[in-house]
Amino acid sequence: MNSLILTAASRAIAALMLLFSAYMLLRGHNEPGGGFIGGLIMVTAFALYAKSFGVDAARRALFLEPSHIAFAGLLLAVLAGAAGFLAGEPFLTGLWLFLGASGDDKGLPLSTVLLFDVGVYLVVVGSVLALFFELEA
Amino acid sequence: MTAVSAPSAADAPAGNPLWTFGFALIPAGITAGLLLLLPAVSAGQAVELVIPWVPSLGISAGFRVDALGLLFALMIAGIGTFVFLYAAEYMRGYANKLRFFILLTLFMVSMLGVVLADNLILMFVFWEMTTITSFLLIGFSHNKAVSRQSALQGLLVTGAGGLALLAGLLLLGIAAGSFDVSTLLADDVDVRTHGLYTAVLVLVLIGAFTKSAQFPLHFWLPNAMAAPTPVSAYLHSATMVKAGVYLLARLHPVLGGTDAWLWSLTIFGSITAVLSAIWALQQTDLKQMLAYTTVMALGTLVMFLGSGSEAGVAAAVTFLVVHALYKSSLFMVVGAIDHATGTRDRDRLSGLRRGMPIIWLIAVGAGFSMAGFPPFLGFIGKELKYEGALAVASEPWLVAAAAVLANACMVATAGLICLKPFLGSPGRFDGTPHDPPAAMLIGPLLLAAAGLATGIAPEILGTSLVGPAVQAVWGDPVVVKLKLWHGINLPLMLSLLTFAAGLAIYRYRETLRGWLTTLAARLPVTAEGAYDHAIAGFKRAAAVQTALLQTGRLSRYVSVIAMSMAGLLVLALIDGGTVGFAWVPLLHALASASLLGWTAFALIAVAVPVIIWSRSRLTCICSLGAVGVAVALLFLLHGALDVALTQLLVEILFVVLLALVLVRMPRLNQGRKPRVVRRIAAVNALAVGGLVTLTLLAILNQPFDGRVTDFFEAKSVPEGYGRNIVNVILVDFRALDTLGEIAVVAAAFLAAVAVLRIFRSAGVGPADGVGTGRPATGTAPVLPADGVPAQGSTP
Repeated sequence: MNSLILTAASRAIAALMLLFSAYMLLRGHNEPGGGFIGGLIMVTAFALYAKSFGVDAARRALFLEPSHIAFAGLLLAVLAGAAGFLAGEPFLTGLWLFLGASGDDKGLPLSTVLLFDVGVYLVVVGSVLALFFELEA
Repeated sequence: MTAVSAPSAADAPAGNPLWTFGFALIPAGITAGLLLLLPAVSAGQAVELVIPWVPSLGISAGFRVDALGLLFALMIAGIGTFVFLYAAEYMRGYANKLRFFILLTLFMVSMLGVVLADNLILMFVFWEMTTITSFLLIGFSHNKAVSRQSALQGLLVTGAGGLALLAGLLLLGIAAGSFDVSTLLADDVDVRTHGLYTAVLVLVLIGAFTKSAQFPLHFWLPNAMAAPTPVSAYLHSATMVKAGVYLLARLHPVLGGTDAWLWSLTIFGSITAVLSAIWALQQTDLKQMLAYTTVMALGTLVMFLGSGSEAGVAAAVTFLVVHALYKSSLFMVVGAIDHATGTRDRDRLSGLRRGMPIIWLIAVGAGFSMAGFPPFLGFIGKELKYEGALAVASEPWLVAAAAVLANACMVATAGLICLKPFLGSPGRFDGTPHDPPAAMLIGPLLLAAAGLATGIAPEILGTSLVGPAVQAVWGDPVVVKLKLWHGINLPLMLSLLTFAAGLAIYRYRETLRGWLTTLAARLPVTAEGAYDHAIAGFKRAAAVQTALLQTGRLSRYVSVIAMSMAGLLVLALIDGGTVGFAWVPLLHALASASLLGWTAFALIAVAVPVIIWSRSRLTCICSLGAVGVAVALLFLLHGALDVALTQLLVEILFVVLLALVLVRMPRLNQGRKPRVVRRIAAVNALAVGGLVTLTLLAILNQPFDGRVTDFFEAKSVPEGYGRNIVNVILVDFRALDTLGEIAVVAAAFLAAVAVLRIFRSAGVGPADGVGTGRPATGTAPVLPADGVPAQGSTP
């Protein structure tokens, strides 16, 4: 598609959307967002990029094969669930680590639950983009 | 993936590697281990091993070695050792040897599991594993159509029986209050007077009868002879087909002793025994002949398990051992003959005694045991059978007559197998008869020798294994004395009668065969025809319903789903009966709706007519997107920010993806659907829309049950460490659901990609239709448009 306005704008917008998608992913546990929404935003960003610069450019920008991303996400989700076994808990039990917690300050919460959400994120990104690239090509 | 159908040196991959013999160490080791348990088990103890599996359902991975289990396990592992050894030599010319031995090992392990499991559910799992592994083994030469058909037949018949058995075992567990066999066998459990008894009995018997090839479902067993001979020797003589017999023996103390048990086992068992003994005479293929004698043996075992007498059970257990020894040995003999001469046709085989002296010796040893000549174990087995038959509670003479007739046929069949091929002048066959290598001789030789040794000195077998096993089946202490000479009594007279009749049948076999063939053609007493009809009918039904439902048209799928949903909603509303509809709250809500609410309503009100009357797909899909956005607005209005966001993003991507798809489809007005079709669609849409609305109104009229909401609101922060309840549910509380969902998402999308690639490689679709809006009218049915066949021909 040859539109100067679109190509000029989408470069910036896509970058912002990627940042926003990561933001939505990370804040999801406490505010609206999460892996599914974040993933969809990232897909939209790449869809926009592909519309402006072509699918090949979008594929190059993604760097990885979309189906590989989807499988990696599925694997990550399973591994995050299996981490529960390490603590002698059932599958998919969340493990939490509050980094630098002191008193009322909870510190930086890290958890296998977040890893699981990242897995969801990657599955959504990989799957939908795989179909999108295939249709757009 | 090339499988050699018959032993031929040409394709033999790397000769006969040593590891094939190594596999025999597995059953040998198991046999040794089981023998270590023998003293304790003979003394009446049971060795147990329990691993909790699904404790909440009362299912444990419990194993229990008692006398009955040990008897079977020793036969499975002991005969298995020789069969593995034999197979290592026999399978020399076959490809995929590793697969063969892994399957055979898996089969053995499943079989051991069946006879040693202490939990009904665990036993059933192993039971099904034997069905599956035997399917793979029967169909091992999968490039032959007959192998595949026979394998499928065995799988379907025993698999159907397995389903009945599962239902029966579940009911049994409910009736007895436990799935543990050891609990069932305890004295205080009485299933026989329970209301479910008849159902349990019928279902369990169906399972056992299909597995153990009882009339009229016996036909799969002779067909299973399509398997390589070691498989037949193992599965279809000594082990798998005995699983049904094991089940009946195991459950004898629980279900046995009633009239229903007695009659069904006696009738089916005796019919099976007599008919198959006669059929055996009719065969010309030695392996088929053995297969029918196996069916006869299974019938006899079932008949005696139904006898309801100590002597009958003793006869069954003894005959079990007798049969396993001679039958596996004879199968291996026939395999060796086949190997050397290239034929199993009894009419072509004769004069083999010079070329194959050792095989002949084995054949005579096993055959005499089969015919029941003294001093072989078969003689003792036969005497016990007659003793048992005369002790039968209901109709002793009927059972005795069946036993004499079947045994007389056995005598003749034994002669046909162990004398006819070896005597006389050399027959018309291609190869030079020769004894096979040692590995193929050891097994049958030792098994035949065991039949002789245990016949001469039966006391050891009697006290260590058979006696305790009979006790396990009978439930109460019994005395079993195995001995050769019982004195001059009625059973001995019947034995002499049997020999005389058998020799007469052997003498006049050709005349008899003529009669039998004529008779069999007139009286097709088998359910194989019914099986074929059922399979054909099943295929026809599948074709009809596929043509009806699976048209390949998305519009048809959607309308079927919509109609089904409408039907279910009607049922739900009728079932609800007096449930009212929340009309008043609806009017209330409409009156006080906010500006945002009215905006969403207006958006939908405009978009829907556009969707219905538009002639452009792109317009349609954009309007549909507008409806989606309106729904997102409604979510937003009610504070479901997460859902609204997701809905909005999904709608955007949906429109983008669908637009990409639609570019390649023909324009909508190219072939407008007939008026009738559109009317039906309209009715369909109105019905679903109206019914969903009514259902929602009915739901709103109910008091709101907030327990789930309250739970999540209370637990989200303290247990999930998150304030976004939706997200906490998705990734923590119900993370397993999410895991399943993302797996489905990945599978569905990647499958769609694969489908698109297939179209591309077929020369249509994305590659030549991109961006042009050109209708895809290629050869492959690319995303058929509603009402427009992909080929572009309009009705």
